[in-house]
This record gives sequence, structure tokens and C-alpha cells, in this order.
Amino acid sequence: MNLALKDIRYSFGRFALTTLGVGMLLMVVMGMGGIYRGVIEDATLLIDRVDADLWIVQRDTRGPFAEVSRVPPSLVHRATAVPGVASAREFVYHTIQRERNGKPLRIAVMGLSWPTDKGEWIALTGGRALRQNHFEMIANESLGLPVGHRIELGQETYTVVGTTNNMIGSSGDGMAFVTVRDAQAIQFDVPGEAVRLERAAREARGRRFDLVAQQPMLLTNAQRPGSELPAVARPGLSAVMVSLKPDADADVVADIIGGWGDVSVYTSDGQRELLLKGTVEKIKRQIGLFRVLLTVIAAIIMALILYTMTLDKIHSIALLKLIGAPNTVILGLILQQALLLGAFGFAIAYLVGQKVFPMFPRRVLVTQPDLIQLAAIVLGISILSSVLGIWKALRISPNEALS
Amino acid sequence: MSDAGETLAIETDRLTKIYGSGNTEVVAMRDVSMQVHRGEVVALLGPSGSGKSTFLTAVGLINPPTSGRVLIGGKLVVEGDVPHTNLRSFRRRHLGFVFQKSNLIPFLSARENVQIAMQLNGDTPQSARRRAQELLDYLGVGDRGENLPSMLSGGQQQRVAVARALANHPSVILADEPTAALDSHRGRQVMELFAKVAHEQQAAVIVVTHDHRSLDVFDTRYEMEDGLMRLAES
Repeated sequence: MNLALKDIRYSFGRFALTTLGVGMLLMVVMGMGGIYRGVIEDATLLIDRVDADLWIVQRDTRGPFAEVSRVPPSLVHRATAVPGVASAREFVYHTIQRERNGKPLRIAVMGLSWPTDKGEWIALTGGRALRQNHFEMIANESLGLPVGHRIELGQETYTVVGTTNNMIGSSGDGMAFVTVRDAQAIQFDVPGEAVRLERAAREARGRRFDLVAQQPMLLTNAQRPGSELPAVARPGLSAVMVSLKPDADADVVADIIGGWGDVSVYTSDGQRELLLKGTVEKIKRQIGLFRVLLTVIAAIIMALILYTMTLDKIHSIALLKLIGAPNTVILGLILQQALLLGAFGFAIAYLVGQKVFPMFPRRVLVTQPDLIQLAAIVLGISILSSVLGIWKALRISPNEALS
Repeated sequence: MSDAGETLAIETDRLTKIYGSGNTEVVAMRDVSMQVHRGEVVALLGPSGSGKSTFLTAVGLINPPTSGRVLIGGKLVVEGDVPHTNLRSFRRRHLGFVFQKSNLIPFLSARENVQIAMQLNGDTPQSARRRAQELLDYLGVGDRGENLPSMLSGGQQQRVAVARALANHPSVILADEPTAALDSHRGRQVMELFAKVAHEQQAAVIVVTHDHRSLDVFDTRYEMEDGLMRLAES
């Protein structure tokens, strides 16, 4: 005869409500772990998906994921010429915020190195990859931009030709993929008035040079758009991604490129590590501490619940002792209820979490190892929290049955 | 005294119980010696605070005396406050209890309340279940076996409590005012039940009671006052 189950059946409503409460609490613990995993996944997703062997970034910077990095577009050609390099691609990545339907729309814009990279590596959920080097976009579903949707960014209108999911920037914003040129146009878009003021400033500066008097065409050139001026460099890239030949030694190639004075080079793992140690480290510790705190609170609440459940059974426990029940029977009654409370609470946390977590604005990634870890923690706190109840039960005198 | 009570079931020797010390010292029971044989039904009378329950809990191995000895079935069980055996295990095997309130476990059915006592004593669930049902039938509540205590009347609950007390064939049954919550008719039925059980199952029964209407049921009557015990006049 299982006394724990009999008691639960007798006061099922209260046990169910208590379990629901514990389950909700455990769901929050589970959710915090999921948010942490989601942050890591989102932060490293791009590095993992673009599949570059080496990242070339501005000298002495930690790369575009950690800080501002600027490298010249010509770096692509220099990198391609290094022995062992199969291909080099431009990398442009920045976040913009626009307003759409009265709400802020944040987009993490990534430039694809057209025509080498048309976004074929992106797992599409609808539409197609890019087919032209301007005005086409692949958008993450979280942005709410369906295939065929047209969106104005800067001076141009872009058409969404494909959709993908789970492509989130390190800041949690949905990603949009356009060509590098378009990404730069979006990044460096300035209002017409600012352009006109800059041209006027160039003209004014030009007038101060004697050379202009000898060559008036220089002044005419200064009045032209910046993109048409041979002396004005193209906007810089954030980094250059390098893919190596199958037989190439990454360390050797990295040594060659690292020897150039204007750049630093990292392997994909190095870049990933820098990202995790830099931007994600604090949030990792913050969520980790919060999770520990929640676990302790869950343990305290479970202990109080089990203690109260034991207090409610004082008379029955005293009676059991009076009729000769050994301590193991009483200990088993409380411990089994604690374990059932933990197990049902965990199951509720998991099942409700499956429904609730997808509604969170940021990804909540509950992995199997995390579930196993939490299950072990719940097992531990179930046993620990029953100690108070067991301690009370063992102190109950059979005399209590007579009172 | 019963003719069948040849074997001594309970023997107490100068039992004394003192609560507190110094100025707050209270002597609840003083030098109480008595003998009860198997099959004998004993009534213990006396006003509130006279030491009846103290005596019963001492003999029931719940609340040890300050001094004196308790022997059950000829075996020394307690001497002073020193147990000579595992008291909980001894209670399980040799003693049965019935209280003023039925004291059934609320989350177990009537049958399970009886069954649990036998399972704690090592019976298999099947045999315990069968015997529990037999006991309930014997006491006239067999048809209420699956009901929770809260669904039974006071008299039915007391019968279930008696069934539980009988579960492990105890040599001693101790009852503390078992009819206090019952009307006179039901109260007499319960008292008669104790007599029937004592005589048929050769158990020694000590019943603490205030109910003078059923005293004819008992073989022997003791009275307690101020912690002292004496045989009551017929």
C-alpha cells in the first residue's frame, strides 16, 4: 500500500495546485537556462553558419562581433592571393532601426559577397536566394516581412525574395541578407541635404587651393557624388571571411595574413571564443546567477510546502507510529511525496514551457543536456527539501495521536 | 475474572509517573500495580486528571513511567524509562489501541485502515486485505470497507478502529474512552464488542471509561484517583 499516493489522492486538488505552482517556478528556472542557451546560439549562429575558416579584421581589434572593425574592400583580393586560400568574401554587418506600422523594427543587416555568395547556405523557409546584386533581400521570419514584401531602407526599396528562420543577430534582432553593396548603401545612407552640404564643403575646400585655378575640372569633380570620385575610397568592410583549400594549413595561412601590418586574423573558433568571452560573458553570468537564485528559491518553497504537508499529517503520522510503523515507512511517505511533487512539477514545467517559450521575444533554447541537468537539480532539491518535513515527522510523538 | 484468563497478559509493578520537577512537580501516577489475564475485560474508572490515561499510555508503551516495571505476556518490556525491547515493534505485534475518537487515517479507506496495521507487521497485501475484510465483516461494517472514514458514522468508525486494534492478534487491547463520542446505545454495543473480542480471541482488554451504564460488561473494575489505583466495589 503506497501511503504517499493514497494521501495525494485524498487531497488531490491541493496537491495539484501546489504542483502547478512548483511547475511554474521550475518553468522559470528552465526558461532562464533556455534564454542563456538562446543568447549563446544567437550570438554564435552567424559565425557557425557562414562557415569561414579565417576572419580578417582591423588590426588590434577583436572583430566585428566585439567592436567596430574597418578593413578596405581591396583586402578581399589580397587575401585571395595568399597560397592555400580557396576564396575570400566581404563581410558587412550592422544593425538598423526603422519604424513600421508605428512600431520599431530592428534589423541586423548582413551583406552577402555578390556574386560569390548569393545566400545559398541560408536555410530558406520560403522564396529563393538572391538573383541580382541590388534591391533583393532574404529576411528572417521574426521580422514579419513575407516573400514579395517591399520595404524602403535609405534611398532604395528592397523586395523580400526569400525567408528563413532562427537567423538572429547577437543582439537578438532578426537578420536580413542583402548584397554587400546594398548593405553598405543602407549603412552609409545620408539625407539629401547632408549630401549637398558635404559637396558644398568639398567645393569650398577646393577653392582654397591654388591648383583649382590652374585645373577648374577639379572643382567640377568635387561637386559630383562621392561614389563617382576616384580619390574617395569605397566604404570599408567590417571584415573579410576566408575559406581555405582542403589541404591548406590554417596556421600557416593565418601567419602570412597576420604578418600584414593593417589587419589581425582569427580562426572561426577564435572569433567565436572572443564573442562569447566579450559580449556574452556578462549576460551569461547574470543569467547564471539568476538561475541559481531561482533554484534556491524553488528549493526553499518546496521545503516549506513539504513541511506544511507534513504538519497537516501530524496526527496520521503519530497514529502510524502508535500502531508500530517503522521510521522508514514515514520517511518513505514524505520522500515519495517530495519526489512526486518534483517530478510532476518538472513535467508541468516542460509541457507548459513548450507552449510558452516560443512566445518569448528572444529565443529560448531548451537543450536535452540542460533538461537532464535540471532534472538532476530537481531530484536533489526534492530530496533536500523533504529533509525539513522528515525531521519534523521523526520528532512527532505517538502521544500526538491521543491529543 | 475470566475463566479463560489463566495466562497473565499484563503485569505492572509500582508504576509511577512524575511530570516536571521541583515546585512544578506533579505525580500523575503513584505505585500502580495490577495484573490482567488473557480474556479478561477490565474497566478503569475515575475522574478527569486521576491518572487513567497516564497509566494507559505507560502500559501502551507510548509514555514511559518514571519508575516501576511493565511486563506484557510475562516479558519485561519497560523498567522505569528504560525500554527493554524495541517499543514500536512490540506495540505493532502485541498491542491494539482504540481511542475516544476513532483515530483512523483519513486518507485510507476503512479496509485500508485495518490492512495497513497488518502490512506493517509483515503480512502480504493479499492476505492483509482478506483478513481486513473478514474483521470488518466480523464487526458488522464489512459493507463499508471501501468508504473513507469521513463517510462513516461515529459508531462505524469505532468498529473500524476496533478491527484495526484486532488486526495483528494482539494479546492486549487498550481503549481510552472509546464510547465518549457515541450515544448510549452505540456505546453499549462497542463495550459488548470488547467483551466479545476478549472472550473469543483471548485478549486482555483495558478500557478507560466514564460510562457507568455499561459496567456490567466488564469482568473487573478499577478506580483511579490522584494517581492511585484500587479495585472498585461491585
